[in-house]
Parts: sequence; structure tokens; C-alpha cells
Amino acid sequence: MSERVLDLDPVGAGDTEILEVSMGPHHPSTHGVFRMDVRLEGEKVVRLKPVFGYLHRNHEKIAEHGAYLAAIPYTDRLDYLCSMTNNWGYCLAVEKLAGISVPERAEYIRVIVSELTRFQNHAGLIGFLLQDMGASGTPLMYAFREREKILDLFESLSGARMMCNYMRFGGVRVDCTPAWLDEVRSMLAGLPKFVDEFEALLRGNEILMARTQGVGVLPRELAINAGITGPMLRASGVNYDIRKVDHYGIYDRFEFRVPLGDHGDVYDRYMMRVLEMRESIKILEQALRDIPAGPIMDPKVRLRGLRPKAGEAYGRIESPKGELGFFLISDGSTIPYRYRVRPPSMINLTILEDMCLGQNVADVVITLGSVDIVLGEVDR
Amino acid sequence: MTTAASVDQVFVTLKHWLVFHTPTAFQTLVSILLTIIPIIVIFPALFAVTTVLERKGLGRIQNRYGPNRVGPFGFFQPLADAVKSLTKEDIVPRAADHVVHYLAPLVLVGAAFLAYAVLPIGRNMVAVNLDAGVLFFFAIGAATELAVFMAGWSSRNKYSLLGAMRAIAQMISYEIPLILSSVAVIMIAGTLSTSHIVENQARYTAGIAHWYAFTPWGLAGFVLYMIAATAETNRSPFDLPEGESEIIAGYFIEYSGFKFALFFLAEYLEMFAVSGLGITLFLGGWSSPVSFLTWIPSWIWFFAKLLIMILGFIWIRGTLPRLRMDQLMNFAWKFMLPMSLIVIFTAGVWRFLPHVIAGSAAVGLVVRWLVCALLVIGPYVLLARTLERGRRIEKRTYRYAE
Amino acid sequence: MLGEGIIQGLVETARNFFGSYVDKDRLTTVQYPEERQPLPEAARVFPFLLYDGDDPVAGLRCVACQICEKECPPRCIHIDKSKDKKPDFVGKQQFYPAVFNIDVSVCMSCQICVEVCPFDAIRMDNAFELSTTDRFGGLLYTKRELAKSNEYYQQIHPTEAAECDERRAKELADAKAKAAAAAAAAKAAQAANPAAAPESATQASKNGAAAPAPSANGSATGAKGEPAKSETKVGQ
Repeated sequence: MSERVLDLDPVGAGDTEILEVSMGPHHPSTHGVFRMDVRLEGEKVVRLKPVFGYLHRNHEKIAEHGAYLAAIPYTDRLDYLCSMTNNWGYCLAVEKLAGISVPERAEYIRVIVSELTRFQNHAGLIGFLLQDMGASGTPLMYAFREREKILDLFESLSGARMMCNYMRFGGVRVDCTPAWLDEVRSMLAGLPKFVDEFEALLRGNEILMARTQGVGVLPRELAINAGITGPMLRASGVNYDIRKVDHYGIYDRFEFRVPLGDHGDVYDRYMMRVLEMRESIKILEQALRDIPAGPIMDPKVRLRGLRPKAGEAYGRIESPKGELGFFLISDGSTIPYRYRVRPPSMINLTILEDMCLGQNVADVVITLGSVDIVLGEVDR
Repeated sequence: MTTAASVDQVFVTLKHWLVFHTPTAFQTLVSILLTIIPIIVIFPALFAVTTVLERKGLGRIQNRYGPNRVGPFGFFQPLADAVKSLTKEDIVPRAADHVVHYLAPLVLVGAAFLAYAVLPIGRNMVAVNLDAGVLFFFAIGAATELAVFMAGWSSRNKYSLLGAMRAIAQMISYEIPLILSSVAVIMIAGTLSTSHIVENQARYTAGIAHWYAFTPWGLAGFVLYMIAATAETNRSPFDLPEGESEIIAGYFIEYSGFKFALFFLAEYLEMFAVSGLGITLFLGGWSSPVSFLTWIPSWIWFFAKLLIMILGFIWIRGTLPRLRMDQLMNFAWKFMLPMSLIVIFTAGVWRFLPHVIAGSAAVGLVVRWLVCALLVIGPYVLLARTLERGRRIEKRTYRYAE
Repeated sequence: MLGEGIIQGLVETARNFFGSYVDKDRLTTVQYPEERQPLPEAARVFPFLLYDGDDPVAGLRCVACQICEKECPPRCIHIDKSKDKKPDFVGKQQFYPAVFNIDVSVCMSCQICVEVCPFDAIRMDNAFELSTTDRFGGLLYTKRELAKSNEYYQQIHPTEAAECDERRAKELADAKAKAAAAAAAAKAAQAANPAAAPESATQASKNGAAAPAPSANGSATGAKGEPAKSETKVGQ
């Protein structure tokens, strides 16, 4: 067999054979069009270069050419699994920029749909993680069963399952009926049992534990220095949840806990998401209990032709993937001067090489799965 | 003969009648053909049915229907699959070694078929009554490994060679616990001939058969045998060589069309063959477990047991994720090998403990069961603990902020 | 103990397997296209234009104000205003779109065109089985394909349609009442002061137009002299 000649780093003479593999954009386990150039020495990874940009769609430039309102449907498509939280991040930034306030009922509705989004994202992610490990799709199907219920709720509320385009500056677009709230309550009653079932399928499973414990370890200092946010950061033991830090919306009215991990490996990240699913259920119960009647939009806000004063604002939320931030600079016209998205998936992805060095190539796929990337957000 | 016995022997009598009515010059040929053709027809038909069962079974486990468009409840799906694989283009890489590339699937399928020669499908229904039947079976198993390597090597592809090497490492490592668990049975039965092993188990005491699986060492040996069999045939959770879509699609990465289908045929045939041997060694072959059900024909018992084991394979596939290569090897050498040696030792203890203790056979049975069960469970727990400690798996609890 | 988690997993899977035959919750797929799940009322796919009555040309609500064209994020709507006018549901003369095209291969179903339309002229359809073999022409919907009747709207979105019809009925009644009041005032003014009658009549009708409900372009039919220009109210 011939040895490959490497173009970049020279390899010492007499070294074992180095294999350069491109886990290419067409791949069943990379969660989208994403490429990793992996250099292997035997079975161990010695270098990993992530290559993305295959899904770049000029989102920021498009948003800088249209009105503020016109950017909202495009934010749906950033992290296309969690459209409601993306909308909220952007609306938060514009509301800061233009000084718009949001009525109570709208805030409660925003919390309800965001926590539902968080639940379905984590359920889907755990299903995909197990699918990558070869569990032939069974946990994935169970997770999707529940996710479909939540997406049906979104469809009856906003008209579309995933690209909801639901939030507006100063509130939400359409009010939810009492019938819808009852449906949420009845669906919520079945969720704890699902989380238990899901956990039981795989928590004590020795194969799962052997494949995820000690794999893809991210030390605490490295996580903080690299700007990692979200469940990945909390799995490494750092207590940072923007819902608790910023109290955006009305999150300071809800009682929920933030789970923390100690080892920072794939198993911890998987368990973080399971525990966060339970906390989301708690928040949902409280919000459904306390939601008041009232208007859902600030009556002073115009739908068309929003013209915020010149200035800048950064609005950030705790999306299911991490800190999703929108930075807006306005020059006083109806079109934003600068629109910038802080994509949590991309920033969490930059640390992939450090997590994968020295491991088996089979573990690279699992580690990538635990980072929880969505290419729509990575590439925008 | 009674009606039950005549139904039981219907195929044997049919064959004898047909051979009797052919001219003497052709009698050996016809007899051979009549033995081989049913095997070549039945087991691939079983393969077709199993593919549908597997897809529908996995579908139901995953809360969905399986295929249900082709034929009633989708049972003609294998016909559609066969048409698809026959009409696909057969691509062979230019740098590949054409002769070996062509022969590899044929050798694999041929070896898989050969293994059926020594399985007793019913009373007096074994194709070739060898005195060293079990030895023959394992020798043929080694030929399948050769075919896997032929496929990987001839494709002239770095990745398929790596996949083939992993497959061979896995198959060789798991041959040892496979063979050692059957050595226990051979020791107790005192013979290598499969039909004699079954006949030994077809005796009844107090209405219960003498299956080896009804003894503690036999049960442990059966479990070990089935785990090793799953690994031998590259089924989930040991399907790393074929299921690892990370860098290597396995040793059949360069195969397309009908040759690809032949690899799957060979995998399923091996699965049936190795389950068949497991049934023969541990589950009494064609015998019924209780004496009042012996009126059911022996071949029905064999296929019923085979079907149950197939369903077990499908069930496990739908549940468990894949093991990584090094964990797989760890498991084979550090757990299964010592356990199979323990099983052999326990089989000996079972044989030589007195059958009648304190004047009663029942007390003797209970004492023997207790002693042998302890001899099996004790090392199991110890080995499991060392395995877990070696891998640093632990049950974790999580804390919350504030 | 080793193997315990695996056994738990196997039990879970078996429960799903047997449950799928008995429990409806454990077999969540439907056999499309023989069975279809009903769409919720709010479901939206692509826009369509509404017309009142039976005539898609005369009853078309759209007045070619081009607000939806401006606000559409991917700019998939193309409108050409007509040169002449036709009366709308309160009788006022309005432009209408000579060309109204939506490129549904570009449309992202965001529903912003529906939100900003002041005339209840464009709404979201929920037909989704729209595949065609012509990739370009087949996906450019013209006014003829987009125009659907109000009855159709009432079928697919009953609650919204009921609210919309109520509002328009009220506007129509208001407009008629204003016209009657303006005619009575005009008669009274004419009786009192024959010379100043025409201007005051038109003045009264113009004042009547300035105050209405947000989405109405309502001015009275009065229209004795020049037709009053339609006023569009921006934003809400």
C-alpha cells in the first residue's frame, strides 16, 4: 500500500503510516453539510480541521438590505430546529434598540413556546446522538414521536411547524386561545413519563456508558477561554445560564435549577440535556399556571416602517444550543446598518479539535454529536 | 407407525420413495440432489422472510409500520429488493484484483451453505451424518473469515482493507468463546456428531427433556454462545465492520448490485447456521422440551426454535448501540474467554457430583444446581466488576447550581 | 450489575413492540395518501387572492397598493397596476392589478404579505400538494391561479373568515350610513343654499372619508363629481 505524501506538516521518517481522511460533506453522521479533515495515526486522531461554509446563505447581508421586519422570517432559518428562540433573540435586540416594551401576556407566551422549543431540541438531539452510536434509530423515533406533538402545537398556534415567524417587536403575532393552552397542558402531562422512559432506555446501558464516558473531555478553563456557552459549558462545570444571568423576559419569576456536570465528557453533555428537559417541564407548568389575560402586542408599535433611533444594541438569549446573540447598529433609517448574529453552534465548534485529539476516530462522530450543531446556524 | 411419527418422517419417506423409483444408475445422484435442493431452497426463502420480518419488527419497535406496500402486509418486499439488486450496475474498480473480487462473495455464500450439512433439522434428517460434525462446522466457519479477507484485500482500497482487518480481528477473537462453549457440550455428550448430541438431549425425565440449556452450565454456555454468534456474524451490537459509516463502510465497500446482495445473503445464512448449531448443542435440536408435546413433528420444533432466535436477534438489534472496536476486543478476551473456561469447569463439576444425595434424586438435583449456579455466577460478578473498573464506567449523580 | 441496563433497554423495546399493536400512541404514523391527518386551521402554505361573489375579475379585492410587494422579504410578488379603475365592495373606484405574480419557488410562507395588507385581499392557502413537472413556469402563479373565492376562504379558515366578513359587513353598513347621511345633508344644504350645494356635498363626503376604521378606504359612494382618491392608512 502506498503512503500518502502530506502536503502541510512534514512527518518524521520511519513514522507509522498517517492516514488522512476527509469525513466529507456527504456524511450520515455530521448533522448537516460539514466536513472534517482528520489525520489519523493508526486509530488515533492527530489533527482535525473542521471545514464549514457549505450552507452559507448570506443571511446577514440580506438582513442589511431590507426592513427590520423582513429579517424575522430569515432568523427562523438560522437554527432551523428552534425557530421560536431565534425569533426571540432578534426581537429582543430590536426592542432594546428601539426602546419597545412587551406586555405581560406576550412575555408568558414567549416563555412557553421557548421552553417547548428547548424540549423538542434536546429530545431530538439525544435521539441523534444515539443514532450516531448505532442504536439503529429506535431512540430517535421515540424522541420524534414527542417532538411531533410539540410541532403540531406550533402549527396550530402560528401556522407552520418549524418556520414559525411568530414573534414581533413588542409582542407576538397571534394570540393563543384557551383551547391551545389546554392542549399544551394535556401534552405536558405526558412528558415526564416520556423523559423517564427515554432515560431508562439508555441511562444504565453499559454500552452507552462505555462509549460516552471519558470521551471528548472539555476542561473547564478551556471552555471558558474558548467562549463556549450552553449545555456544553455547564457540562464542564461552569455555572452560566443566561436565563439566570440576564433575567431577560420574565425568567426571574420562574423557579428552575441549572444542572452542572463535573467531567465535561459526552456523557455529561447528554445528561445535561436530559436534566434540562425536566427543568423545562417545570418552567412550562409554572407559566401555564400563571399566564394572565391581556394584549399581546404593544399598541404603539407600527408593523411597517420601524425606524429606530441611531445607536447599537446587543440582545442575547439562552437558546437550546448556547448563547444566541444579535448585534444591531442602526443609523436612523428603516434598514439596519449592521446586523450580526453570534452563532452558538459555530463558536462551540471551534473547540472540536482540542476535544478529539488522541481519541479513536469512532469517537469523533460522537463528540461532534454532543456539541449539538445545526449547520444553518454555523454557516448562516 | 403412528400418525404423529409418520408426519414426523414424511420428508424422509418421500425421499426414499423417490429414490426407490429412479433407475439404479442415477440413484446416488438423485439422493444427493434431493438432500441439497431443499436446503438451497428453504434457507434463502427463510432469508427473504427474515428481511421483511426484520424491517417490520424494527418498524414496530420504533412506533411505525414497516414496509407494507408490496404484497399483503409487505411480505413480497424481498421480491422488490431482489429485482433492485439484480438490475443495478455491477461496478468493479479498475485497480481491483478481478478474480479474487469476483470469487469472494461466492466463497462466502458457498461456505455458509456448507455449514448446513451437519445440522439435524429433524429426526433422521441430517444432510451428512458425520462423526465429527461439530468440528466440520467450525472449520467451515473459518472459511467464511477467509472470504471476508478476500473481499477486503481484492478491492485495493485502503479503507476496505482496514474494515476487513477489523472484521477478521473481531471474528477470530469471538471464535474462541464460541468453540469453548461448545466444548463443554461435547465433553458432556462425549461425541462430536450433531445427531448424537441431539439424541442425547431427546430423553425425558419427569416430562422434562435433557436439554443442556436446562442446566446452569448449559444456560451460561448458551448465553455465551449466542453472544459469540452475534459477533461472528457481524450483527448488531457487533456490526462495527459493516455499520461503521464513519470512515469505512466495511469490507464490501466496493461491491454493488447482486454481489452486495450476496454478502447480505451470506450474513443471514451464517446467522441461521450458527443459531441452528446453538439449537442443536444447547436447545435439544429437534426435540420437544416437554414429553407431552412430542406429537408435534420434529422439523416444526427446529424451525420454531430458529424463528424465536431470529426474533431475538432482531430485538437486540433494535435496542442496543454499537460497541467500539477496542471495547469489543476487551469484552471477548477479558470476559468471554474466562467465562467459557469457567463453563467447561462447571460442566465437569455437574457431571461428577453424585446424582443421589441423602437418598433422594430431587435433593441431589437441587444441590447440583446450587453448586454449579454459584460456580457460574460468582466469577461472572467478579469479572463484570473488573471489566467496569477497567473501563471506568460509573453511575453518576449531578448537582445543580446554587 | 453488568447486563442490567441492557435488560432494561430490551424490556422498553418489547413494550413498544407489543404496544404498537394495542395502543394508538405507540404507532404514530398514518398511511398517507390513503389516510390524511387533518391540518390545523392556522396552517399556512402559500398566499392566494380573495374575490367576493362569483366573478374573479370584478370581485377581486386587491387594489394594487403594492404594500405586500414592498414588504415581502424575498421579493417574490410582482404587481403591475392597471390604468383604469373598478368599483370595490363599498362602491369606491379603485385600481386593480393587471399583473399579479407570486413565484412560489421563492416564497417562504412567512405570511408578512397577509399581515400588512390593508384590504383583506391576500390570505394564506393551505393546499400543499402542489408539485408540478414544470420547474419555472409551473411555479409562477399568476392572478388567474391565485384568485380564489371568499367561500373557499371560509372553508379553510372558518374563524378568520368569519371575523373578516363581520368586519367588512360593518364597514359596508357604515359606508352606506355615511352615504345616506351625506345625501340627506346634501339635500338639506341644496334646499337651503342652491349655489354652494355641490362643493359642500363633496366636502362632506371627503370629511366622511377621513375618519374611518383602519383598514377601510371608505368614502361614500356619493361621487357626484370627481371620484375621491383612495386613502391608504399606513401601519397599525
